[in-house]
Amino acid sequence: MTVTTPDRVAAEPVEATAAVVSPLRRFWIEFRENRVAVAGLAGCLLVVALALLAPLIAPQNPYDLTQLDIMDGRLEPGSKSMDGMTFWLGTDDQGRDMLSGILYGIRISLAVGVASGVLAMLFGASMGLLAAYFGGRVDTLIMRVVDLQLSFPAILLALILVAVLGQGIDKIIIALVAVQWAYYARTIRGTALVERRKEYIEAAQCLALGHRRVVFRHLLPNCLPPLIVVGTVQVAHAIALEATLSFLGIGLPITEPSLGLLIANGFEYMLSGKYWISFFPGVALLLTIVSINLVGDQLRDVLNPRLRK
Amino acid sequence: MTVFLIRRLMQSVVVLFVMSLIVFVGVYAIGNPIDILISPEADQMERERAIRALGLDLPLWEQYAVFLQRAVLGDLGRSFAFSTPALQLIVERMPATLELAIAAMGISIAIGIPLGMWAGFRPESVAGRAIMAGSILGFSLPTFWVGLMLIMVFAVHLGWLPSTGRGETVEVFGIRLSILTRDGIAHMILPAFNLALFKMALVIRLTRAGMRENLLMDYVKFARAKGLSTGRVIFVHVMKNIMIPVVTILGLELGSVIAFAVVTETIFAWPGMGKLIIDSINQLDRPVIVAYLLVTVSMFIIINLVVDILYSVLDPRVRLKEMKS
Repeated sequence: MTVTTPDRVAAEPVEATAAVVSPLRRFWIEFRENRVAVAGLAGCLLVVALALLAPLIAPQNPYDLTQLDIMDGRLEPGSKSMDGMTFWLGTDDQGRDMLSGILYGIRISLAVGVASGVLAMLFGASMGLLAAYFGGRVDTLIMRVVDLQLSFPAILLALILVAVLGQGIDKIIIALVAVQWAYYARTIRGTALVERRKEYIEAAQCLALGHRRVVFRHLLPNCLPPLIVVGTVQVAHAIALEATLSFLGIGLPITEPSLGLLIANGFEYMLSGKYWISFFPGVALLLTIVSINLVGDQLRDVLNPRLRK
Repeated sequence: MTVFLIRRLMQSVVVLFVMSLIVFVGVYAIGNPIDILISPEADQMERERAIRALGLDLPLWEQYAVFLQRAVLGDLGRSFAFSTPALQLIVERMPATLELAIAAMGISIAIGIPLGMWAGFRPESVAGRAIMAGSILGFSLPTFWVGLMLIMVFAVHLGWLPSTGRGETVEVFGIRLSILTRDGIAHMILPAFNLALFKMALVIRLTRAGMRENLLMDYVKFARAKGLSTGRVIFVHVMKNIMIPVVTILGLELGSVIAFAVVTETIFAWPGMGKLIIDSINQLDRPVIVAYLLVTVSMFIIINLVVDILYSVLDPRVRLKEMKS
């Protein structure tokens, strides 16, 4: 036993200082412990920056027909166009610069993924909180629907919804929200059930605060950590699902060329060895999804109180 | 057990009914199949005759009533595009999908469990970390893109394996199977591996988590103290306990593999149900869409039920009567 004592003594000051620093700072200290996750975060920031800045940094506007030349069609990566521009990632069948196409595609993919993620979180979290706070019939009803929905795979539900709703960017977002809200609802209900029994909620209720205030000002903030983790992972899922649906030709319309549509566009040229039309958008999609998942994985570890040292 | 079964079956019927209503109303609210099916040159008389022949002139609820009445008798309507019964169309394609799904499951188990066990046994080793990193990649890689890359590398560049189709098939009890011919297996490797990748990542994670959890348990210490070899402890004692969650989740995932086959089948032009549904959605072939969704939903309900029952057999601690869903 005596052997372990020095360790403990040595460990204590670290903990003491950790208690002084702000929660946000401690969060960052814990987060950066995993280098891969930091790389993931950097990847996320890069992707977001590329998406936001696409019109400024893209070599051409890929959807401005006056800038395209059909003679540049299907050029290999690195080849030059007639007027001296270099296509670093090659061109597609319309003579569109793939790099520009990808930058614009990331914009659309990310927008759809984040929009559907946020909407699903709002709806799902509200439902989960309602279920946990009121309990009884409300809880049974909401959770039945959640259970039922989670017993079917996301892609099947998305297929049903797309078949029912038809195509269009708004309809895809609706379908993605409908597929995903249940994950948020179940997550937040689990946390909220534990939190609801704590004394601060009782105190708030004793102060005769309204239901809405108790739920959203007191209960919700304490249920956020797991919600953030699920949110990160679900945004990655949403992006992948949208890309899959678009690839299958039942997702976004051709006027909203997301990464999935770019990949679909290159599919037919793949068999003749023109790999770049599908390959590079896929790499961009992969980078996006992997980065988000890495961050989500580390968030899960950092925000999980059970794993806290 | 019997009460549980009856209750579950009744629930299933309700779910199926609700699904059929949603799908029917939804699917019939979009587009007008007449525009697609009848040539624009057809005159008014021909159009009306076709509308009446397809039953599209009735009000929606009456169409649904007719549909439901026939559905109970196993008639889910006639495909607009093929003009064969929709159900028959789906059943014809089902063996191809099931064959692919089962092959994918087999691959994910055969590769995933050993890797997961190793990663759980030596979590800090280089191999263990590499396996986990690989599994994150497996989760993140979009299935369709992996499929494309597999085609690009193995079919286009190396030319080792065929990229599309089912290859030569053998008829066994009236069902055509690819797995029994050399050519068929060659056609199946890429799509099956593609479909297996996501599940493999899942199996690795589950097995690793189970392994790590179980290695800390008292029964493992006891078995070791008894002087059993590491191999015996792991492959006999620990393995049994790991298998419970793995079997349950894999059972549930069989359905999702079948659903995900939609993507793989489209890429590899595998003539299964998935390719059929995508084609049908694009052609607005409503009876086939409705029939596919109902068949898949029924399949899911059955799979979920079987898994619940299997679970109670594998783990006696689970009492089905107490389960609410």
